[in-house]
Amino acid sequence: MGRKTPLFALHQELGARIVDFGGWDMPVQYGSQIAEHHAVRRAAGVFDVSHMCVVDLKGPRVRAFLAQLLANDVGKLKAAGKALYSCMLNERGGVIDDLIVYFLTESWFRAVVNAGTRDKDLAWIRTHAASFGLEVTERTDLAMLAIQGPEARARALELLAAADREAALGLGVFVGRELGRWFVARTGYTGEDGFEIMMPAADAVPAWRKLNALGVASCGLGARDTLRLEAGMNLYGHDMNESTDPFESGLAWTVALEPPGRAFVGREALEAIRARGPGPKLVGLLLEDRGVLRDHQKVLVPGVGEGEITSGTFSPTLERSIALARVPAATPARVQVDIRGKLLNARVVKPPFVRFGKSLVT
Amino acid sequence: MSNVPADLKYTKSHEWVRTLADGTVEIGITDHAQHALGDLVFVEVPDAGRTVKQDEPCAVVESVKAASDVYAPLAGEITAGNPALADAPETVNSDPYGAGWLMRMRPAAGAVAAAELLSAGDYQKVVAAEGG
Repeated sequence: MGRKTPLFALHQELGARIVDFGGWDMPVQYGSQIAEHHAVRRAAGVFDVSHMCVVDLKGPRVRAFLAQLLANDVGKLKAAGKALYSCMLNERGGVIDDLIVYFLTESWFRAVVNAGTRDKDLAWIRTHAASFGLEVTERTDLAMLAIQGPEARARALELLAAADREAALGLGVFVGRELGRWFVARTGYTGEDGFEIMMPAADAVPAWRKLNALGVASCGLGARDTLRLEAGMNLYGHDMNESTDPFESGLAWTVALEPPGRAFVGREALEAIRARGPGPKLVGLLLEDRGVLRDHQKVLVPGVGEGEITSGTFSPTLERSIALARVPAATPARVQVDIRGKLLNARVVKPPFVRFGKSLVT
Repeated sequence: MSNVPADLKYTKSHEWVRTLADGTVEIGITDHAQHALGDLVFVEVPDAGRTVKQDEPCAVVESVKAASDVYAPLAGEITAGNPALADAPETVNSDPYGAGWLMRMRPAAGAVAAAELLSAGDYQKVVAAEGG
């Protein structure tokens, strides 16, 4: 038996198929995974993401601490509520986890890390926080709902007190703020607009029921995975891990080597890796033949070498298979993938595959 | 509760077998199996003429989530793979015992016969034991 979120009993009541995800008993789908996927692309869906780990970091030196801990630069966070996506690296430049950190006040930042990496992340954060005198609090009292899709914000506003709706509607992309007992952020993992809302655990079931009553579809982790992959977003443990660096994981854009004086964990390793010249890269693949690309299938790059699929699935929006794959730097536009001994043709594309309901590949 | 027609035979690995008038058999996956797999998006069926051993993987059904092998319930020679599934794999979800059949085969002489496979009642016990 795994850990359970405050919504577990409701998931069962709604007929969800429950699977283990990083030690948590989570809904993978309620009915048709493809229907849940389309609900998010076309209207609105709600996901239980309460298994993710919310960590409050408090103390006067919190910004300096995060400047050392994260590969992206919290110096970019100037307005209260603004969020930053970053990797947390080890000394070798490998990715311990990817996370989102919100700047709330100069003495309070809030991080959201992955469920499956919770224990090692907290240990790493606490080790490095010790010399900064920070208070590190895991917010196990909070549930988190992700409401995603073109109609998601309009539906979610109806959960809020009338006085808070204007503030919620005014949130910029990748910005969050406290509204009453809730923390509402305009973030997500689907390639659609929407909110992620952290709330006291007791509020989660009534909020979910109200969303369902407003026509927002219950969506499981299965649809969450196909949506994020269409959106070209990495999944920790698949597309990057402790033995891969951000440059070979499609995450160079999250590494801030400027300003040069910011000494963050992993910086020296990344500079050495960069000095060696182009290494493997993470690309999108679009399967041109029939079949489904899956994690760990071998990618054959004629005359260059081999790569490997890190995340593969069937794309419900494109109605064909897509993947992220780590391939040699010199990989040209066409490759082959070994699927059960058959070599199938795939095209290299730049993710994302789908954004705001629209296909970005032809 | 999933549908388990009384006139078919079954395997523990969730295939069903229908004996046709000419002595060949038609094979598919059960309603329980299709439901457990979820929306199917790709089906690979064997070519006619292939000889298979009992319990040999001979077809693949892929949902959004994962690929799963389908095993030959009997030894024999494949006489047809269902050609309609290439364009409409979801037929296995919507009509698992009918238009969603996967393959047909001629059982090998002297091998385990379809009659010796699980009855509908025995298969229901298998499903119940899996918590389904």
